[in-house]
Amino acid sequence: MRKTSLECIYELAKRDDRVVFIGSDLGPGVLDLMKKEMPGRFFMEGVSEQHIVGMAAGMAMEGFIPFVNTIATFLTRRCYEQVALDLCLQDLPVRLIANGGGAVYAPLGPTHLAVEDIAILRALPNMTIVAPCDAEEMKRFMIKTLGWHHPIYIRLAKGGDAVVSKEQNGFEIGKAIVLREPGQGLFISTGIMTQLALKATEQLNVEGFSCGVLHMHTIKPLDNNSLLYWFPKVKGVVTVEEHTRIGGLGSAVLEFCNDEMPEQAAKISRIGIPDKFADQYGSQNSLLGHWGITVDSLCVAMRKQL
Amino acid sequence: MDQRSKYLRKLIVQALEGGGRGHIGASMSLVEILRVLYDSYLRYQPANANWAERDRFILSKGHGCLALYAILADKDFFPKEYLRTFCKPASLLGGHPERGKVPGIEASTGALGHGLSMGVGMALAAKIREQIYRVVVVVGDGEINEGSVWEAALSAAKHKLSNLTVFVDYNKLQSYGPNHEVLNLEPLADKWCSFGFEVEEVDGHDINALEKLTKRLPLNNQKPTLVICHTIKGKGFPFAEGKAEWHHKSGLKPEDIAAMYECLS
Repeated sequence: MRKTSLECIYELAKRDDRVVFIGSDLGPGVLDLMKKEMPGRFFMEGVSEQHIVGMAAGMAMEGFIPFVNTIATFLTRRCYEQVALDLCLQDLPVRLIANGGGAVYAPLGPTHLAVEDIAILRALPNMTIVAPCDAEEMKRFMIKTLGWHHPIYIRLAKGGDAVVSKEQNGFEIGKAIVLREPGQGLFISTGIMTQLALKATEQLNVEGFSCGVLHMHTIKPLDNNSLLYWFPKVKGVVTVEEHTRIGGLGSAVLEFCNDEMPEQAAKISRIGIPDKFADQYGSQNSLLGHWGITVDSLCVAMRKQL
Repeated sequence: MDQRSKYLRKLIVQALEGGGRGHIGASMSLVEILRVLYDSYLRYQPANANWAERDRFILSKGHGCLALYAILADKDFFPKEYLRTFCKPASLLGGHPERGKVPGIEASTGALGHGLSMGVGMALAAKIREQIYRVVVVVGDGEINEGSVWEAALSAAKHKLSNLTVFVDYNKLQSYGPNHEVLNLEPLADKWCSFGFEVEEVDGHDINALEKLTKRLPLNNQKPTLVICHTIKGKGFPFAEGKAEWHHKSGLKPEDIAAMYECLS
């Protein structure tokens, strides 16, 4: 997914001269073709996240569309004030490409895990947050960024993820996609958790629980209409995210229900990362398992709701 | 102090009178720097504030905005009557300047250490597109405690942004007290030199010296320029000059305002 997003930037840059790339201190060879063919629009600015976000804001004020790329946690925690004031307050079309959202960097420990990025960015007015579920969806999404006039946080998974999105579903920022029509139960998932939700529906369907998946690739702005449509039609809802249970997708769904259809809120169960720093290394999958974010736990949560 | 400098300060006092508060010391040290920039250096069109070829000016020490509001009002970016609405609920003029609200304000500033990075982005944009506008950023001395300023400085030098000039309002006093006690900046010129800037020092209240210097910009066509302006916090009001407690005042009383006008009569 990361590779695809970078390739997309190169393709977008070829077709639109407003596109520039700003990296911090990424691995050697990143976007070499773009650097070679468009050296004036490729910047590698060093380990200075506060500065590069501000610099991107300055370029956006002059009509550019900067794509800023580094590790998710450094693009959120480290430069939060720049994101809030330089990008969101001034509502500028800067794109933050965040490597390793969630548990991707499990072996590197809690300093490198972006597990509250959605929560802190969701609190910022004008921010848009998108977590595609696979590389193919990433492609369909990236082209849409050219016409979006606000800052976007793009949360990347590890890469090599199974492709579960479908071309015929298209992609609109802020419009959730039904990947499997629900019966009794509905999983609402984002990012690669959608893969997990789809697997859970397969298992549950075998058991006789007909469940579906609403892929909420855009966490902000939340697709309120899809929630209004589906909630009354199902018995139980389980939200799934590779993110702390505080302030992420599940919270967004709960907040919306509380505001607009409080009678539906009891249907919701939230699966996410517990409120503690990671205390294990291992792999993304092992850490997710340690946190109880597995196909089995999704099934258990859904059975309870039904 | 000549009549024009007094006049600009009177405009600031009008805003202080209207708002009953403001960063007095931090604005007064800036007046002559902004006066010279807007009287004889920057290119702009008040009636067409977004004119593409205008020079970009960012007041990174956003808390000094009263001085910027005064000069923008003086140049007819907005009516002078607005000054008296300072900090009122529906005013355009808040305690820190906001882009999109106030004509002539290029960037929203107030949180320190942001303006130089945005200025670098603007200067880089001009370079990429071979545009002729110049970028000027004013930073405070307390502000450059922020690490982000030095990140931006490295980047400006890397890109040889000769279209970028930074002025440091070096009044030697930050909110708590003297810079050298809070966090010593010296040797300040050496620091900026070593970061790749062409550096010059000037008396930040000397109109002639400031004008002469701006005529020589850029000082080096391969480097960004940094001008250390030696200034006096609270300049113009003897009771406030060099006093940290006048950095910001709220609850200003009629007698405080009268005392300020008295100094400018």
